[in-house]
Amino acid sequence: MSILSYALISYINLSNNDEIDMLQNDNTENYSIEVRNLTKKFGDFTAVDNISFSVKRGETFAFLGPNGAGKTTTIKMLTTLLHPTTGTMLVNGYDPIKNQDAVRRSFGIVFQDQSLDEELTAYENMEFHGVLYKVPDKILRKKIEELLNFVELWDRKNDLVKHFSGGMKRRLEIARGLLHTPELLFMDEPTIGLDPQTRNHIWKYLKDLNGTAGITVFFTTHYMDEAERVADRVAIIDHGRIVAEGRPEELKNKTGAKTLEEAFLSLTGKQIREEEAGSIDQMRMNRKMWSK
Amino acid sequence: MIRTVYILWLRQLKRYVRSRSRIIGSLGQPLLFLVALGYGFGPIFQKAGQGNYLEFLAPGVIAMSILFTAIFSGIEIIWDKQFGFLKETLVAPVSRLNIMIGRTLGGATVATIQGIIVFFISLAAGFRPTNITLLPIAFLIMALTALLFTAMGTALASLLEDMQGFQMVMNFLVMPIFFLSGALFPLEGLPRSIFIAASLNPLSYGVDGLRGALVGQVHFGFITDFAVLSVITALFLVVGSYLFSKIEI
Ligand SMILES: Nc1ncnc2c1ncn2[C@@H]1O[C@H](COP(=O)(O)OP(=O)(O)O)[C@@H](O)[C@H]1O
Ligand SMILES: [Mg+2]
Repeated sequence: MSILSYALISYINLSNNDEIDMLQNDNTENYSIEVRNLTKKFGDFTAVDNISFSVKRGETFAFLGPNGAGKTTTIKMLTTLLHPTTGTMLVNGYDPIKNQDAVRRSFGIVFQDQSLDEELTAYENMEFHGVLYKVPDKILRKKIEELLNFVELWDRKNDLVKHFSGGMKRRLEIARGLLHTPELLFMDEPTIGLDPQTRNHIWKYLKDLNGTAGITVFFTTHYMDEAERVADRVAIIDHGRIVAEGRPEELKNKTGAKTLEEAFLSLTGKQIREEEAGSIDQMRMNRKMWSK
Repeated sequence: MIRTVYILWLRQLKRYVRSRSRIIGSLGQPLLFLVALGYGFGPIFQKAGQGNYLEFLAPGVIAMSILFTAIFSGIEIIWDKQFGFLKETLVAPVSRLNIMIGRTLGGATVATIQGIIVFFISLAAGFRPTNITLLPIAFLIMALTALLFTAMGTALASLLEDMQGFQMVMNFLVMPIFFLSGALFPLEGLPRSIFIAASLNPLSYGVDGLRGALVGQVHFGFITDFAVLSVITALFLVVGSYLFSKIEI
């Protein structure tokens, strides 16, 4: 616990004198994310359908919805990976279409699918990230040590990531996402497939960060109890449309539900959404065949 | 910018050095070609009055291993695309051009190293270069050939969605490039259609330059070889950068 608070305190100190300096736009000072009438079409299919919402600075915001609702697509647009079909966005005051690099510097992200280089060590993955984000050398080494301690991976720093468990990889991705001191952290299903212990750990880190360093956290999850516990506000998206938005309490009151899960089900229906059998699994098999 | 390119280059090299099974596997094939073809066709080649076949073949086999390794390095982008690591680089505040350059230089370095290793293997198999002083030229041609085909692999990988596409590329592009390059047979006295195909094939110029530098036999001439390799490399770098910058995931 003392290591943890140490890491947090240093995190804040480093944030203050970090050379990657964020120029803030006055009008949007209070909002970390502002989305207006955002739409994304893939051919004829509308994955995200005219959504609007905003996330205040320092807020923990849960973006909830069944499989295929459009959560990941929305995150990809906010993080400059996809161009929207129509609509406007501001991330930390910058436009992800016109001002890509400013937006990119201002957020960290944990992707839905794992995005580490498995042939590199934990330390090398961190170093790679630090160099891409131009974290100055002196600060970089110190920060890597602090963050790896923070997620309790420092003594595994020289192990290849391919030998890590799912939970360790997730923790490493969170540490990596924080390395360049972002104001905002996106996490797309950060706890999927993890055991309750690891999930608890991860939320503890994030609550700590959010509380002490004031980082805005935007996350998606299928675990409604998690969202209810950690989120200040939630938005529920279904078939590309936002069907409800507010504090968990508000949503429960509105639907007369006892838990957020009940509220979620009453808003999105009980029909099961099939996720397309991922080509990812198939690729994993191919990769095994090819790399040996 | 330099650091970005450097870290991407370094990543390619680390991945190469760590995949020991891949290195060993990819050296078996050239060895087989040298031994089976070199010694198998040797007597016929000699009887046809063409001299020592191993001497003729070794530069071709070196070029082959560079071709395969380089295309493979470029195509690795498909993996990074599917397995998410590419996203990590694409959300970073660096230009796509720098990412592409770093990766391509890394892949080309790996392919050049692979070519040099095969050069030493061919020495072990009995190959002797005729003029040691031209070795630096040989290495330069190897590096240029490596760069050309890594850039081509990058361009292809930017267009392809998954590894099924890669199979097609291997069968309908890389294999023809190899077999129609003069790596295995002399370009003199060929049927016209085969000769035209070989002349349009960039690998032919890599093989020719390499054979010129190692055993003093040139068909097109050094100047032509260098000019063609350089121009095509530049072209693929431009096309590859453009296609890479268009990747959406
Ligand atoms: N590149 C793409 N091309 C076509 N359809 C896509 C693409 N990406 C996502 N989709 C579709 O858009 C919908 C929303 O996907 P996604 O945002 O991943 O959902 P979620 O993250 O909420 O599960 C799904 O129906 C998915 O199949
Ligand atoms: Mg998703």
